[in-house]
Amino acid sequence: MTDLRYEAPATLQAAVALLAGATGPARVLAGGTDVIVQMETDLIEPALLVDIKKIPEVRQITAENGGFRIGAAVPGMEIMSHAALNKAWPGVIDGVKLIGSIQVRGRASIGGNLCNGSPAADSVPALIAAGAIARIIGPNGTREAPVEAIPVGPGKTSLQKGEIIASFFLPARPANSGDAYQRFTPRTEMDIAVVGVGVNLMLDAGGTCTAARVALGAVAPTVLLVKEAADALIGSRLDEAALDKLAQAASAACRPIDDKRGTKEYRIKVAGVLAKRTAQQALERARTK
Amino acid sequence: MSKKYHVTTTINGDDTEFLCEAQQTLLDVLRDELMLSGTKEGCATGDCGACTVTVDGTMVCSCLVLAVEVEGTKVETIEGMAKGDTLHPLQQKFLELNGLQCGICTPGILIAAKALLERNPDPTETEIRYWLAGNLCRCTGYDKIVRSVQAAAKEMRGA
Amino acid sequence: MATILEKSGFNPDKKLKIVGTSPVKHDGIDKVTGRAKFGADLYLPGMLVGKILRSPHPHARIKSIDISAAEKLPGVKAVVTRADFPEIKAGTPDGDMTRNAMAREKALYDGHPVAAVAATSESIAKAALKLIKVDYEILPHVIDPVEAMKPTAPILHEHVRTKGVKGADQPTNVIERLDLAMGDADAGFKEADVIVEHEYDTKPMHQGYIEPQGCVATCTEDGQIELWCCTQAPWVFRDRLSNILKIEAAKIRVQQSEMGGGFGGKTGFYGEPVAIQLARKAKRPVKIALTRNEVFRATGPVSGTKSRIKIGAKKDGTITAAEAELAFQTGAFTGSMFINAPQAMFTRYNLKNVKTVSYEVVSNRPKVNSFRAPCVPQVVFGVEGVIDELARKIGMDPIDFRLKNAATEGYKTIYGETFGPIGFVETLKAAKACDHYTSPVPPGQGRGVAAGFWFNRGGETTGTLNIAIDGSVTLILGTSDVAGSRISISMMAAEELGIPVDKVRAIMADTHSLGFNRVTAGSRTTFSTGMVIVDSARKAIAELCKRAAGLWGVPDDAVTFEDGYCKPAGANVGTFEPLSIAQIAAKTMATHGAIAGHSEMNVTGAGPGFGLHIVDVEVDQETGRADIKRYTVVEDAGKAIHPLQVEGQYQGGAVQGIGWALNEEYYYGEDGRLQNPSFLDYRMPVASDVPMIGTEIVEVPNPRHPYGLRGVGEVPVVPTMAAIANAIGQCIGVRPSSLPMSPPKLLKLIEEARAKRG
Repeated sequence: MTDLRYEAPATLQAAVALLAGATGPARVLAGGTDVIVQMETDLIEPALLVDIKKIPEVRQITAENGGFRIGAAVPGMEIMSHAALNKAWPGVIDGVKLIGSIQVRGRASIGGNLCNGSPAADSVPALIAAGAIARIIGPNGTREAPVEAIPVGPGKTSLQKGEIIASFFLPARPANSGDAYQRFTPRTEMDIAVVGVGVNLMLDAGGTCTAARVALGAVAPTVLLVKEAADALIGSRLDEAALDKLAQAASAACRPIDDKRGTKEYRIKVAGVLAKRTAQQALERARTK
Repeated sequence: MSKKYHVTTTINGDDTEFLCEAQQTLLDVLRDELMLSGTKEGCATGDCGACTVTVDGTMVCSCLVLAVEVEGTKVETIEGMAKGDTLHPLQQKFLELNGLQCGICTPGILIAAKALLERNPDPTETEIRYWLAGNLCRCTGYDKIVRSVQAAAKEMRGA
Repeated sequence: MATILEKSGFNPDKKLKIVGTSPVKHDGIDKVTGRAKFGADLYLPGMLVGKILRSPHPHARIKSIDISAAEKLPGVKAVVTRADFPEIKAGTPDGDMTRNAMAREKALYDGHPVAAVAATSESIAKAALKLIKVDYEILPHVIDPVEAMKPTAPILHEHVRTKGVKGADQPTNVIERLDLAMGDADAGFKEADVIVEHEYDTKPMHQGYIEPQGCVATCTEDGQIELWCCTQAPWVFRDRLSNILKIEAAKIRVQQSEMGGGFGGKTGFYGEPVAIQLARKAKRPVKIALTRNEVFRATGPVSGTKSRIKIGAKKDGTITAAEAELAFQTGAFTGSMFINAPQAMFTRYNLKNVKTVSYEVVSNRPKVNSFRAPCVPQVVFGVEGVIDELARKIGMDPIDFRLKNAATEGYKTIYGETFGPIGFVETLKAAKACDHYTSPVPPGQGRGVAAGFWFNRGGETTGTLNIAIDGSVTLILGTSDVAGSRISISMMAAEELGIPVDKVRAIMADTHSLGFNRVTAGSRTTFSTGMVIVDSARKAIAELCKRAAGLWGVPDDAVTFEDGYCKPAGANVGTFEPLSIAQIAAKTMATHGAIAGHSEMNVTGAGPGFGLHIVDVEVDQETGRADIKRYTVVEDAGKAIHPLQVEGQYQGGAVQGIGWALNEEYYYGEDGRLQNPSFLDYRMPVASDVPMIGTEIVEVPNPRHPYGLRGVGEVPVVPTMAAIANAIGQCIGVRPSSLPMSPPKLLKLIEEARAKRG
């Protein structure tokens, strides 16, 4: 890798051109907390790194239509300290807060967390539950896609050669709704999620759930958006019976592997337990909004 | 010869320049090119915090930053923590309260603790522990590290 | 050679001025400023980067190695393989050692070194490794020790015949069977009213020192080697390197760097012989700094074990017999020190009837190394569980049961030593009375206690105390300082000399500057080096008195030394103003020569250490995750020379044990490769995982040491996992028998217990 080329373009168009025109393996460099580790451990050997951190659009958080446009390369710590985001989407913040350590969050971005393609990525379930939309710039122009359309397998995304995620859109927080993300890890910090659950739900004025999205991480080749789990909540007041149904649906949706982080059996059980706890937390937040 | 990049930066207030390969991390360059060996390599994968420095005031693992990325930035390492003969209160308290044994994790922990106290001058024990979760220590069991940070925070608040 | 001070001078009533306080350690300032130089922190002109090529196969015959393409790569200055290491017969200690450093006939574990390069940059060195062609004949491998014991298992070493088994004449992976017994266990069990017996297993784990091994080797044109490295054993390294590289010992100068944690894992070398051979070939200095991946895959981890433990007691609580069958995995070569286990596992209780059988087994993993108290915490995990269960069955408080059976002075141990004054009873009583134990167990939590013992060692130690012309003092110390013994030793020197500790500075010597020092292990450093420096101080004091006598014109024995001054021994000697060390040095050094003391001892008289740990745990019954809520270490230090340091040892050992108990283990795949060689998936406790660790220092002095101290480094990790398991047992209704007690395993136990209750 002694001739690794590093470029730091100032515009998205320049970045796209570099990536589209790359002859050898090329990677986008945002926070670097996955790419650099993979280079260090010889998992990847890029010939070109395109550092996008000099491009303004990917480094800003701006208000848009009552919601938020978050640049794909904004460091986690900045997202965590954004007061309005914390208020509107605490579940998304929960996820970002769990990526690595404070040091890692000083660099790591939600764009990188998503595009690295780990099924256990902590920011992804809550983004999917929130209905976040990715804006993608590529050689053929700009397009939008829901976050759940991006990962296609471990380490793989649906992005074409030359495409970069520039930003994510999170809508305005509707009234009487709340989101949460919880994960199970053996230690309190610094672990990869054994199971991750993101729940976003909406209540009517009487406290009945009218809409829900439940996303599961680390239990399948990609993060799963589980309709049956959401259906278990919709129309209910999140009583014990509904939560049990939710837990069963969550466990049933799992297609996990056995690895050094957890067994299949364990992940399936804990997915159900966590789905309940996460839904309860989302409910509390919905009630106080 | 491999392709090298010329980088100009500021380290501990000193204008610094160096040549590096694109894949060399800031940690590699601090230690092997600039011989600032106070920043330590414990794992090179961002899991132990022994290489913690600040870049433009943000606490990062220097093994997770490419050296080329610090062009035009301000880097602070452990070597810049004391001012002349005056130790930072954190350094002083770590000495008085035995917040270190072998000392290998100490530079990273001091930089991390300094960053905490700059944001939060009165952290709780839990806040200190979670802030330092990215800094592994195998000797002390963290007890005296946390107490040293608490004592330094108290002194810095003038309490 | 003296083994101990004839008159230790230990006086429990003596008013100490420095010993027992906690001054800032002198090596601290370099450590808080980043100035301190660890193994990888040396930079020499012309220095090359050394990198090691490692076998990706857990077991393979190495048919050939072709280094020609690597040697030709511009920037590569040397390539070494087994051809560059002297031939030494397999199956001898040196033969094992050289093969662990550089494979010869076979690769025996994933990560085993097979070649190495020295190049002008890291990227060139890495590229050169890729150009080395190794022809492997892959062989079947075996990882699990129980599998490795089976007669059908792949054999690692054709020459191994089980020691301790009559008529063992077949190649095997069982290195040794060790029988250790006393009294008549069978008869003892017949007298028991209650017998508890369980099987336990513990997974291999790693010491997890944060500093990977780092070293720099240089070689001159006339063959003088200098080796800078982090090591717990500079002299042992030198002598072993001399043996395996066939270089005269005096031609090798090992300078110990500061060490970023060792805990027993840095008592053996890894990259050092390779760096030396590269330096000799390249004719330039070579640095080898291991990566974390290499540390996990290829340095010495900690034995995994399987054990069966049985203890019987009468209904009044008296233990009548104990029995154990133990198997230890030692990795690819022998050397686990498993003998410690049968010797220590029950030693603290007043047992007469004990029967143990222990096995050491090789398998395709790196050769193990110690982790504080080698091979003992793993089996105490079981012993203290059985003890606890006996106490409950009999209806006795767990500490009272241990008190009932506590060994005291005069007890003859299974390994032959008779205890002098020991503090087990005092430790148990202090634990029973402490705030933690007397507070109620918070709702939803479970409490566990467990006791531990360590022999503590003495051993070969040397040191020198030099007085400068202004009366300030320098110490030359040899036994590596792992955590802060330097300051404690300086304090003892200052106390002897009656001067402030700030007037004393210690250096950690290289192997040219002192005679042989044994490895830093066995909690021996502060004890042994303290003994040697006190001896040196007393010799220097004798010389000071002689000088004063000369100045006063009186006989030598007419002068005494007190509180830093030479004084006339009595009024009849004459009226002379007391002379300080500084005054005597100033007046006599230029004319009469240096004033110093020097000592070599094979130190004996180390006093055993005992501890009792108390832990409160909460278990999330739906996920199996255990949280440590409160922890207290009660341990006898004899005399805490530097109390903050002693507390630090207790707390550090406890948290290491917490990691060992809850999450730390080596995962191997079907392919025999280590799956978690990183701090991400080798899960050591982080700051948010543990509470403050309470400590109670008990002081039952060891009168054979001038200051009464006992080693404290190892005891803290001995009972930890057992105490946590006992606490978890209280939470979930079943006491785990397998380490680590990770969430999936605990959840399974919880569900099984729930199913049993119906």
